Amino acid sequence: MNKYWQSFGELNNSEAYQQTSKDEFREELPFENAEETGFLQAKAPRRDFLKYMGFTTAAAAIAASCEVPVKKAIPFANKPEDIVPGVANYYATTFVQDGEAVSIVAKVRDGRPIKIEGNELSPITKGGTSARVQASVLDLYDGARLRFPTVAGAEATFEEADKAIAAAIGGNTVLLTSTVNSPTSLEVIKQFLAKYPNSKHVVYDAISYSGMLLANEATYGKKTIPTYRFDNAKAIVSIGADFLGTWVSPIEFARQYALGRKISEKNPTLSKHIQFESVASLTGSNADERYLHRPSETSLVVLSLYNAISGKGVSGVADAKLKAGIEKAAKELLAAKGEALVVSGSNDVNVQILVNAINELLGAGGKTIDWSATYNTYKGIDKDFAELVSDMNAGKVDSLLVMGANPAYTWFDSAKFVDGLKKVKTTISFNPKADETTQLCKYVIPTHHFLESWGDAEAKTGHYSFLQPTIYPLFKTRQWQDSLLKWSGATADYLAFTKSFWSAKVGGETGWDKVLQDGVKTEAAGTTTASFNSAAVAAASSALSAAKVSTKTELVVYEKIAIGAGQGTSNPWLMELPDPVTRATWDNYLVVSPAMAITLLGIDLTNNGQADSYEVQPPKHLVDITVNGKKVTLPALIIPGTHPNTVGVALGFGRTPKVGRAAVTDEGGMVGANVFPFTSLSGATISFSAAEVQLADTKELYKVALTQTHNVYNTKQGNRTEVMKEFSLAEFQEHPSIVLEEREEELKPFGGVENFRKEGTLYGVYDKPGIKWGMSVDLNACNGCGACVVACTAENNVSVVGKPEVLRAHEMHWLRIDRYYTGDLENPNVVFQPLMCQHCDNAPCENVCPVAATNHSSEGLNQMTYNRCIGTRYCANNCPYKVRRFNWADYTGADSFPDNQKGIISDVTTMMTDDLNRMVLNPDVTVRSRGVIEKCSFCVQRLQDGKLKAKKESRPLKSGENNEWDVKSACQQACPTNAIVFGNVNDAKSAVSLHREENNKRLFYSLEQLHVLPNVSYLAKVRNIEEEKAVKAEGKEEKKVSKEG
Amino acid sequence: MISYKRFFPKLIVGLLLIFSIVSVKAQDGKALFSQNCASCHAIDKKLTGPALKGVEERWSGSRKNLHAWIKNSGSYLKTGDKYSNDLFKEYNGVSMTAFEGSLDDKQIDAILDYVKNWKPAALPVATAAAQTEGDNTLLFGILTLILAVVALILLQVNANLRKLSYDKTGVVSDEPIPFYKNRSYIAMFAVVLFLVGGYLTTKGAIGLGRNKDYQPVQPIFYSHKVHAGINQINCLYCHGGAQDSKHASIPSVNVCMNCHQAINEYKGEKLYTEEGVEVNGTDQIKKLYEFAAFTPGKPWDASKAKPIEWTKIHNLPDHVYFNHSQHIKAGKVQCQTCHGEITKMDEVKQFADLSMGWCINCHRESKVQFKENGFYSIYQKYHDGLKNGTIDSTKGITVEMIGGTECQKCHY
Repeated sequence: MNKYWQSFGELNNSEAYQQTSKDEFREELPFENAEETGFLQAKAPRRDFLKYMGFTTAAAAIAASCEVPVKKAIPFANKPEDIVPGVANYYATTFVQDGEAVSIVAKVRDGRPIKIEGNELSPITKGGTSARVQASVLDLYDGARLRFPTVAGAEATFEEADKAIAAAIGGNTVLLTSTVNSPTSLEVIKQFLAKYPNSKHVVYDAISYSGMLLANEATYGKKTIPTYRFDNAKAIVSIGADFLGTWVSPIEFARQYALGRKISEKNPTLSKHIQFESVASLTGSNADERYLHRPSETSLVVLSLYNAISGKGVSGVADAKLKAGIEKAAKELLAAKGEALVVSGSNDVNVQILVNAINELLGAGGKTIDWSATYNTYKGIDKDFAELVSDMNAGKVDSLLVMGANPAYTWFDSAKFVDGLKKVKTTISFNPKADETTQLCKYVIPTHHFLESWGDAEAKTGHYSFLQPTIYPLFKTRQWQDSLLKWSGATADYLAFTKSFWSAKVGGETGWDKVLQDGVKTEAAGTTTASFNSAAVAAASSALSAAKVSTKTELVVYEKIAIGAGQGTSNPWLMELPDPVTRATWDNYLVVSPAMAITLLGIDLTNNGQADSYEVQPPKHLVDITVNGKKVTLPALIIPGTHPNTVGVALGFGRTPKVGRAAVTDEGGMVGANVFPFTSLSGATISFSAAEVQLADTKELYKVALTQTHNVYNTKQGNRTEVMKEFSLAEFQEHPSIVLEEREEELKPFGGVENFRKEGTLYGVYDKPGIKWGMSVDLNACNGCGACVVACTAENNVSVVGKPEVLRAHEMHWLRIDRYYTGDLENPNVVFQPLMCQHCDNAPCENVCPVAATNHSSEGLNQMTYNRCIGTRYCANNCPYKVRRFNWADYTGADSFPDNQKGIISDVTTMMTDDLNRMVLNPDVTVRSRGVIEKCSFCVQRLQDGKLKAKKESRPLKSGENNEWDVKSACQQACPTNAIVFGNVNDAKSAVSLHREENNKRLFYSLEQLHVLPNVSYLAKVRNIEEEKAVKAEGKEEKKVSKEG
Repeated sequence: MISYKRFFPKLIVGLLLIFSIVSVKAQDGKALFSQNCASCHAIDKKLTGPALKGVEERWSGSRKNLHAWIKNSGSYLKTGDKYSNDLFKEYNGVSMTAFEGSLDDKQIDAILDYVKNWKPAALPVATAAAQTEGDNTLLFGILTLILAVVALILLQVNANLRKLSYDKTGVVSDEPIPFYKNRSYIAMFAVVLFLVGGYLTTKGAIGLGRNKDYQPVQPIFYSHKVHAGINQINCLYCHGGAQDSKHASIPSVNVCMNCHQAINEYKGEKLYTEEGVEVNGTDQIKKLYEFAAFTPGKPWDASKAKPIEWTKIHNLPDHVYFNHSQHIKAGKVQCQTCHGEITKMDEVKQFADLSMGWCINCHRESKVQFKENGFYSIYQKYHDGLKNGTIDSTKGITVEMIGGTECQKCHY
């Protein structure tokens, strides 16, 4: 057994695995049986080849004899003063999606927003972003957006629609929205409600936090969510809260969490993170220790933890491992009293009351829980919406206005909502797309994309963020606030309204300009603690102790980091982003544990043949999933870290085809299935798990595009998995230079670490006289969230290839995040490693290129010249990291003949090449055509731009000294945890130099022994566990054995 | 400065001092002039505004009044000063831009000093005179052909003579083969054809997409010679993007109208197209007014203007990244280096072939601003090399030496 394994084949070293890791490309070359039958019978025989060549020559000759096309240069009629064609402008604005609000800076090139960065002035994110924030710029150019207002399905002008609506609206009026946290919008709503008597505002969130809100109301008297301070926590226990991926404010929490996880050599301490969960999540994968439990055991876990902390001991937990885990968690929490934090992802009020009680016992208030700023991102109470649905069915609602919410898709009993909607006389939707609810509404007044909008947001109390348009509205849309203002009879539009609202608060016109320019404004915080009312605890704990633990197979529905509650399903970038945990793209699936795979699917992963038939061939078993008589059929993926009696399915799939081409399969069906019907209203809140699920293997197969088994390549010099290094905190404290010594020993025959560069090779050493670019990645800070992957896609015009191509291992991502498992098959430790071109100084790709299309620059870049590349792919073959990508088809529409690739590439890819979607392309980066290799360039366009900026100002390049930057790579800038540091390593004061120097003992280069001299260094992961030593020794022993074998 | 010398021949120290001050001032004045005034004023010519030569004399030597006028001409007019009011009328009531706040007294003085001391500079002699390279290809071709025919005849004669001599001596020999059936001739002909054909094909292929001397007809006969040459408008006044952006950018209609609101007829020397047809300059200005939706004498509503669709002359392939500001601002390259003597072109044509070889050659030879630009301070090795002589300081640090010929400096 290897110490690390990415796939089950690798774990077993199975035959099929060996085969795939030997070959560079998965499919056979197109000369089938050529040796036996002769080349004339082959698919492309010599005569055909000559014919094609003749045709090509003739075509080229004809094309060449044509006249050079005349190009026009059309300047502005009146050039705005602050726009210089070819120079990007940056506008601070805010990403708003339902209740979520993230301060961002939009890069606008020649009038088109093309890239989103985090706003570093925001005290919440400090410039971090997530995959969904990064991808939201593509939504602006989504062809599925509604392009004009409609009345009963027919196009109407705004005047016509306004007139019709003014006549129709009235009676009992309900404004149904997802959470609105914009102060001005709430004011607009207030005006609207005042204008229409018998009207009310109902807030409904698809992903409900009602449990927390109600629990906080019961225990703290505040129906809101406080700020969690993971950075202040020495011990973190999460009971099913995916706080690094999707829970409450993941960008903020990821940053805070990473602060506690970054380890310095001088003071080697780490926070301790224990996760209890049912289905493998991103947060669980990052935990030091993970314990698995049934969803129905959540009450028991929380109650036991409460008891253990209050000194009563753990009782009633049948699973010995789980019991030990709870005891361990209690011990760690008590040891870090005052600096401990417990969070839970449950939507059960009683569970959350107990969690609050635990945090009170631990003295978390004011330290790890901060009440001075509370979240306004989720305010929906499920009960309110349930009442609205019954009111609608009872005919008590005459007019319904929908903004943001989409209950026809997300409500557990959507049929009842739809029935109720039919009884409402006037239905109006502001949603930007013809989603499930909007399709049922009579009047549709589509709102702007947030990049076209004015406005403000208050994600946390006192933390204001502002929106300003970055582009003129693409379609005939109108901001929903404008519509409401109009219908309330206001004369001012929303911009004037917002401006006068804020001018009064920020000091007039200049103040308003300032907050718009900054994008954020933060007001002084209040008191950080809140008084705890323990009255509800007793009732809650008795309710929890009465909860029964199911004995059946259970189901959890969860949010995927990229897809959310369905917002990402229509975004091709997000659909193609491999899920960090499952590494699957473009699909929804059933997550089962290896143990359940044996009983359910008849696949034993420790059995070579069965593991291969599951893994190396893409088709997966389709499983019928039935909950309360509702059935969906989805393929099953085996994911370690999942409870043996629990399965998981992600929300957000099974969307209407009208939300976008990406939500439709190539066969025309829906991608995945909607599992919101599997949620249920239990008491006052929605429950995201089901205590009983029937599963049946249909024996049919379905292809799922998994990327983890792609790009596997073993050489005699080293296995792929040796790119990782990891050790425990205890080891690090005891023996900090273990990695350094390991490297020293390995490189001893070649001059040791110091002289390896010079003495390990026959080639000369070339000096880098000015700048030498380098990157350093801290694996302790990286949590695998995937923001960097999408940022890279957006920055570098990386093409979307679609599911059929991913299935053929043709995905184009320049940066991938590899997932490594180690340890127990059922509940392994996980490490994520971002892997991009390593820009080797002694690059194996460079000396095999027959046309010198890839070569080395004097700044240490491994350069790829597309216009010189003839597509031999020798370089990709010779790359030990498998980071080079080949354009197998014309994914970007660069071909001179339109529609030439129809039927060859996926429709989704074709969609990405239409004029609307192409507006998102970065004009500074070549759009690659078919038949060339491409790869990470270290964002060379940014490097050139940064150098030019320094040259224009006649000063040396700023590379992170005093946190001043001329250049940041796209991945570095997007990262919420600052795991990636990039810069000039020739500058001893640059951030990357310091990063390497300060963490010298954890530093390693992947596959260093090959003497490829990578320019990307990694800092080994340190895990806060004690017992790793034994495991490690064991691993070494076995490795030896396998080598002998 | 020479005049100063005449006034104070003995005070050498004082002279030096004044020398330096004056020259600094004049230098500043020049820069300030081209930044602030040059778009409307020339020193010896009337543009949008009057020629500035002798301005102080015309204002009766009163710098104080002049200062007031420059800072805010509108309020100065109210004083009822006759000269200035006449001037205002002469220029159709177009008032001068107010420089209140943007220019202080010292700076205005510097500009006035510059104007006072200005001497018409001898126009730089054309350095890159078009080479009148005699085309001898035809001559050589004819010569080769004649020689080939002569050679052929001689060979035939030789063969016939040999045959005759063989006949005479009685040696049996083959009948002579006619030259068009002679294998060696055919082979030779084939080789020649292949070489010539191959050469022409390759040359043609390399030339694909290269458009040296491309000179399309533009929607308006805009003469760079009149604007940049005769009237000496700074290139950057219209192509401001060249110092900030990758694009030099073609000026928008409002930039044209900055001057042409006042200048509505062309009075310069006659203009001719490349074909020799005379062009009426005033008509061309009227064409501009059509795009701008401007009627002379009436206030201009800029929002009604329509953009002018110029034909792009310099086209680079999509896979090449070129940045004007890199060359103009960081590299201090003159526009003319790549665009030729634009000040002499009525209709612009492509001067360079914009081939990669052309770029690379320049990068090999051109020096970077190595000592002047602080960015290069990190190249310690080269600084040392220049100091201790291992690097030829006459050649300096070329663009190539800092990596300027590497692929990914232009292709990414």
